[in-house]
Amino acid sequence: MGIAQTIKAFTLWEFVKAHALTLKYFFKPKATINYPFEKNPLSPRFRGEHALRRYPNGEERCIACKLCEAVCPAQAITIEAEPRDDGSRRTTRYDIDMTKCIYCGLCQEACPVDAIVEGPNLDFATETREELIYDKAKLLDNGDRWESAIAANLAADAPYR
Amino acid sequence: MPKVKVDGIEVEVPAGATVLQACEAAGKEIPRFCYHERLSIAGNCRMCLVEVKPGPPKPQASCALPAAENQEIFTNTPMVKHAREGIMEFLLINHPLDCPICDQGGECDLQDQSVAYGRGHSRFAENKRAVTEKYMGPIVKTVMTRCIQCTRCIRFAEEVAGVEEIGAIYRGENMQITSYLEEAVTSELSGNVVDLCPVGALTSKPYAFEARPWELKKTLSIDVMDAVGTNIRLDSRGRQVLRCVPRVNDDVNEEWASDKTRHAVDGLVRRRLDRPYVRRNGKLVPTTWDEAFAAIAAVDHAGSIAAVAGDLVDCETMFAAKALLKEFGSTLLEGRQTGMDYDTSSLAAVNFNTTIAGTERADAILLVGTNLRWEAPLVNTRIRKAIKKGAKVFAVGPETDLTYKVEWLGADLSVLGALPDAVTEAFGKAERPMVIVGGGALKGAHGAALALVDTLGLVKEDWNGFNIVHMAASRMGGLMLGYAQKSGISALYDAKLTFFLGADECDFGAFGGFKVYVGHHGDKGAHHADVILPGASYAEKSGTWVNLEGRVQRGERAVFPPGDAREDWTIFRALSERMGKTLAFDTLGELRAAMALDCADLAEPGLVTFPWSVPSLSTTAEGVMQGYPIKDFYLTNAICRASPTMQRCSAELIHGETFAEAAE
Repeated sequence: MGIAQTIKAFTLWEFVKAHALTLKYFFKPKATINYPFEKNPLSPRFRGEHALRRYPNGEERCIACKLCEAVCPAQAITIEAEPRDDGSRRTTRYDIDMTKCIYCGLCQEACPVDAIVEGPNLDFATETREELIYDKAKLLDNGDRWESAIAANLAADAPYR
Repeated sequence: MPKVKVDGIEVEVPAGATVLQACEAAGKEIPRFCYHERLSIAGNCRMCLVEVKPGPPKPQASCALPAAENQEIFTNTPMVKHAREGIMEFLLINHPLDCPICDQGGECDLQDQSVAYGRGHSRFAENKRAVTEKYMGPIVKTVMTRCIQCTRCIRFAEEVAGVEEIGAIYRGENMQITSYLEEAVTSELSGNVVDLCPVGALTSKPYAFEARPWELKKTLSIDVMDAVGTNIRLDSRGRQVLRCVPRVNDDVNEEWASDKTRHAVDGLVRRRLDRPYVRRNGKLVPTTWDEAFAAIAAVDHAGSIAAVAGDLVDCETMFAAKALLKEFGSTLLEGRQTGMDYDTSSLAAVNFNTTIAGTERADAILLVGTNLRWEAPLVNTRIRKAIKKGAKVFAVGPETDLTYKVEWLGADLSVLGALPDAVTEAFGKAERPMVIVGGGALKGAHGAALALVDTLGLVKEDWNGFNIVHMAASRMGGLMLGYAQKSGISALYDAKLTFFLGADECDFGAFGGFKVYVGHHGDKGAHHADVILPGASYAEKSGTWVNLEGRVQRGERAVFPPGDAREDWTIFRALSERMGKTLAFDTLGELRAAMALDCADLAEPGLVTFPWSVPSLSTTAEGVMQGYPIKDFYLTNAICRASPTMQRCSAELIHGETFAEAAE
């Protein structure tokens, strides 16, 4: 054992060095965030939880063309349709199995009326599997809840489309 | 036989063929909207433009141009491409871009052809034309803004259906297709205009918005609504048949289907028997298969068992029932529920011998007690074709509108014994004379009609002009399997145990014994039964049907029967075990092999030719016909009666109730 080594051993040099490193990171700005209360910025193109949108007058946008159902690679979407009382074409059933969904975003690309969109919401974990099978009411509710954010995202992305 | 060159390929086409047909013979696809093989040529969509030399230096409509010797036709030159793009752009000027809400989307000619031949964009910035919807009845939904004025529907109504109730008003861009006075089109073939329409202007009303073509499973099947045996395709999703469309078969239905064939399918999910029932204390109560079988096995029948075949059953079911009866030594089989007892010793004498396709070639036709328009609508269209070629038609029976000109000889059947001179004269000159006897006259005038074979010279070396029109899909198959008694259904009344194979039309009170109903709908038969065994409808089993001309045809299973219901032959197989006489087939293949041994003609699909012989019957016919056997075209069987679409058709088209919606 050399002299330098002996001195380091007696002055607890490694110990001091390690603590210095700890102190450095203690005062450095943090990479982690306080998740449910703080969130990372999201791209306007972020593909999160699905929502069915409405027109400003409250009329649902979806016209039951079934293109999203056809394009869905995971076959997560199920649609049934029939004429509504006023004769317009509407869905009677619009289900998305969120456990099947792979969040590829093809449904929103296929939609001719921007009805089905993947919104910015990403924390929709549930306690049971059943809750992840979304029906039309849930999707429309999502749309109502997230409309301002979705509309802002669509507007932000519009110039690049 | 002109020889023409299409893009350098030399083809020989029949004289009178068009340039379009020559191109098809050479394997070149020509886009078209107004042209249709089975309709007259209109030449108004201009989509089929090609370059033809020699000729003017401009594109020519190939559908209306006769092919001539040494013509050179080009289908892929810049001129043709440019012309197609131009036409497509013009057609799309007024066509709305509402494909996502259009039912034709996915199977639309305009969609496909604009992708294949269009420019991909439009230079038209002005307002599009809008047209009000027209009311065309309970079957056809109209969105007239989409119409591209090909006039196929007008030509179909006029030429094939024979009802001049669809037409065009105004001209040029303002032309509109309409049913006159916005009344329902009173044709039993009106559904075909939906298939003919190349765009989504005419779509199916009962099927509106139900499904997209790509999500449907397509199964080839045979229709059972009448005895014609229309070749159909059943489109199903999940466990439900959503629509029925005709297949092309030139020998049977060409490419048409009656409205009943098309739209009775919504009856397949209503009023279904989906579990066995047993009658206890006068009431039918749901039960299990085991208990239902036990109730039947407990019947003390001592070999006195009978089976009545309904109008819709397949040969497999009838054979399975026959095999079970045979185990107990009984041959009490009957299918003619309404009490008919015509002679069946010669099947040729109760067959449509001319064949459906052969009807077109007839040059003198005598209808005896048949309202063909309701009994066999697709045979009626063949007669229309024969008339177009010059045939003369006479008819015995109460006067009715058959959609063509008929010389009525009165409703008194005795006229068959002393036909007026006009008839004998026309038949004397005819090379291919034809007599068509319907169910209404079969009871009293079978012998008299057979006597006409000699007096009118109906049977020749290569022509047999004697025809019977049956109304039940199961009839010919049943007769081939021996479902006929000398004295008709009354021979079965005393049986101790009777199986009703979907039979709903007979006089149930006359049956004294234990009644077992094997069928699919809770109709008349089920109400009178002591035990109900739920069976499969025609869409839910693979079956063999024989149509009125003796053509053996097979249909495939499209969906599974609902609930506890089973395919009918398996019910008899399982029941036979409980009755102590196990039948010797376990699979459909084995059953068909056994059936082929019993009746060799049923072994393979195809036309059966029955050896011609005339049974000796009384040749006198008497009695005045009061009406035709079918009282309501739309409600002839259990499936139709359960179908809301057929109910509405009946109410509106036959009983004259108004449903007409005001044009929006």
